[in-house]
Amino acid sequence: MARAGDDLLTTQPAQPAEPPASEADPTEAAVAGLDVPPALVAQSLGEYLRGWTARVRNGEAGVLPVVAGMVLIAAVFEAISPSHVFLSAGNIVNLFQQSAVFMVLAMAECFVLLLGEIDLSVGYAGPLAGVIAVQLVQPSTTNWPWWAAIIVALLALAGVGALQGTLITRLRIPSFIVTLAGFLIINGVVLIVLGFGPFSGYPSLIGESSNLHVISNLMYGNIDPLVSWVAMIVIVALLGSTLWLRDARRRRSGLVAPPRSLTIIKIAFIAAVGVVVVAVCNVNRAHFGTLAGVPWVIPIVLGVFGVWMLLLERTRFGRYIYAIGGNPEAARRAGISLARVRTWAFILCSVTAGIAGLLYVSYLGGASNNINGGQLTLYAVAAAVIGGTSLFGGRGRVMHGLLGGLVIGGIYNGMFLLGLAVQWEFIVTGLVLLVAVAIDSLSRRSATAG
Amino acid sequence: MSDPGDGAGGEPLLKVRGLDKHFGAVQALYHVDLDLPAGQITALTGDNGAGKSVFTRCISGIHPPDHGQIYWEGRPVHIRSARDASRLGIETVYQDLALADNLDIVQNMFLGRERLRRRLLDEDAMEHEASSTLAGLRVTTVRSIRQPVGSLSGGQRQSVAVAKAVMWNSRLVILDEPTAALGVVQTKQVLELVQRLRDKGLAVMLISHNLNDVFEVADRIAVLQLGRMVAEGPVAEFDRQSLVEYMTTGASSREVAAGAGGGKGA
Repeated sequence: MARAGDDLLTTQPAQPAEPPASEADPTEAAVAGLDVPPALVAQSLGEYLRGWTARVRNGEAGVLPVVAGMVLIAAVFEAISPSHVFLSAGNIVNLFQQSAVFMVLAMAECFVLLLGEIDLSVGYAGPLAGVIAVQLVQPSTTNWPWWAAIIVALLALAGVGALQGTLITRLRIPSFIVTLAGFLIINGVVLIVLGFGPFSGYPSLIGESSNLHVISNLMYGNIDPLVSWVAMIVIVALLGSTLWLRDARRRRSGLVAPPRSLTIIKIAFIAAVGVVVVAVCNVNRAHFGTLAGVPWVIPIVLGVFGVWMLLLERTRFGRYIYAIGGNPEAARRAGISLARVRTWAFILCSVTAGIAGLLYVSYLGGASNNINGGQLTLYAVAAAVIGGTSLFGGRGRVMHGLLGGLVIGGIYNGMFLLGLAVQWEFIVTGLVLLVAVAIDSLSRRSATAG
Repeated sequence: MSDPGDGAGGEPLLKVRGLDKHFGAVQALYHVDLDLPAGQITALTGDNGAGKSVFTRCISGIHPPDHGQIYWEGRPVHIRSARDASRLGIETVYQDLALADNLDIVQNMFLGRERLRRRLLDEDAMEHEASSTLAGLRVTTVRSIRQPVGSLSGGQRQSVAVAKAVMWNSRLVILDEPTAALGVVQTKQVLELVQRLRDKGLAVMLISHNLNDVFEVADRIAVLQLGRMVAEGPVAEFDRQSLVEYMTTGASSREVAAGAGGGKGA
């Protein structure tokens, strides 16, 4: 199909200096919105919306399918769960805690999926960090302070990532094979480390030691309701003003920027999410006594999200990951060291999986020898893909991992509420994954056909 | 040798003398001489396998030559890597363009040389600079420079690749078959862009075996045949028939206008 843009490459002869390309005629932009992200050409909110719907029809839906999926899952489970408990405050907090491990694992996988690689080892590499940390803080053996245990656990994971990344980049063994071997080897290592503890095979986080408490609180500790409000307001104010100032500066200097109304809508959306999250978490969710406040796990997950988003979207390293995923030859000719960027991506993937592993042992209240690493790995990849990250590299954002993890957590939670056994959870999750991949490949096909 | 003369001060920007290159037992280039003067488009032509690509790679640092000397503004230089070449101001636009489809125009133009501010990417500065480069080349038609390159037409992609090459104060731009994959209208647009590079005083080496393109824009023509430079001179010394004869047989029976065609025997 002929592209509307072909005839637009007019090269005007002997004219004085032309205005930069960004100042496109607005009517032309609205007509031609198919190829271009709408935020880049739209001059007003109406045009932005028209451009956006045109893109969705063209198969470039972004996070729309996963958001629609989340709404659908929430509506269905709310309607059919016993006494409509799915959207109760207590269950939403619970759902977020159950999803946290999947969300962080999916964000870990994002680094390597963007390169067109895969890391299958995260399902045991992540828990390895948790097991190391739990063992190190045991009062009757090493009794390390919690922070030292966490640092050592994450450093061990960095070592795992560096080793796998080096094998993949220097020996040119496919990542699928290296990390599949890693998956098996680390499973063995986890069992060995589990055997070192005071309760062989089952180190737990239950006890009087404050170091045990801190690791246990990663998932279950709550921030005081008042502090939650203040912190949320400060964060929203900082994010909002940064976003506003940046867009205003870009509009002033004639750079590509969204219309003012869209910036306001974005800021209002961030504020609304912040208010809803804190309000829901501050509802007393205990049957007896009080249990309220934002659980620590929420700022931990959002912190990982924020730092990795900054790294991927605002630094050279992040730009190179996208470039290598899009066209390795272009990246190589641009003087980028492919081996170094790839190795670092595997290191960051393992370290992020390690953070997920710490949350995992915190969630379980300890570690045991029946960690289901296979399921964790598959859910990590599935969550990233459900969220909209492409398996073919170059396309995807950290946000996709976050949303995909929430979808998987939502299914897990809803099936549990319905009293359905684990086989149904597997089947439904598998179907959701299929739908997500189908959407990905259909959108690619219509994009290339268009 | 017929000195191009009308370049800057007589001395060509890049001068190649006696360049040899072989791969194993295969001799790809034999004692190749070539001048690339500033402000002129030199078309390098030749049949498939004549050595055009190997020659290009020799002067852009990908395959350093075995023997021979390269002079840059009269000074002897060694170009051992792509980085050496770009340090001198030599940029090559390969046929496959080497653009990442998932990145936008600005991101592609600055790939590998991103501007930073407080250790983060300085998108504003990069966007300003990219749009002024495109405006300077009068590539005014891409709708938004924040458009992913994958959504551009073939001619637009070629323009972005050329703009990327000239943005770095480059002084010699090598274009490898820039119109090979393009339709008529887009070919015309790209050739106009190539002429604007010349008008800006850059030396341009246009690799092409499309005779229409060559006679439309070239100031000088150089012909490779089986690794030897069989003819080199101003475009007036050639016509279509003689050029085809040089490309296929390495010699021409015809004498064209200014005479002296094919002054450079192997």
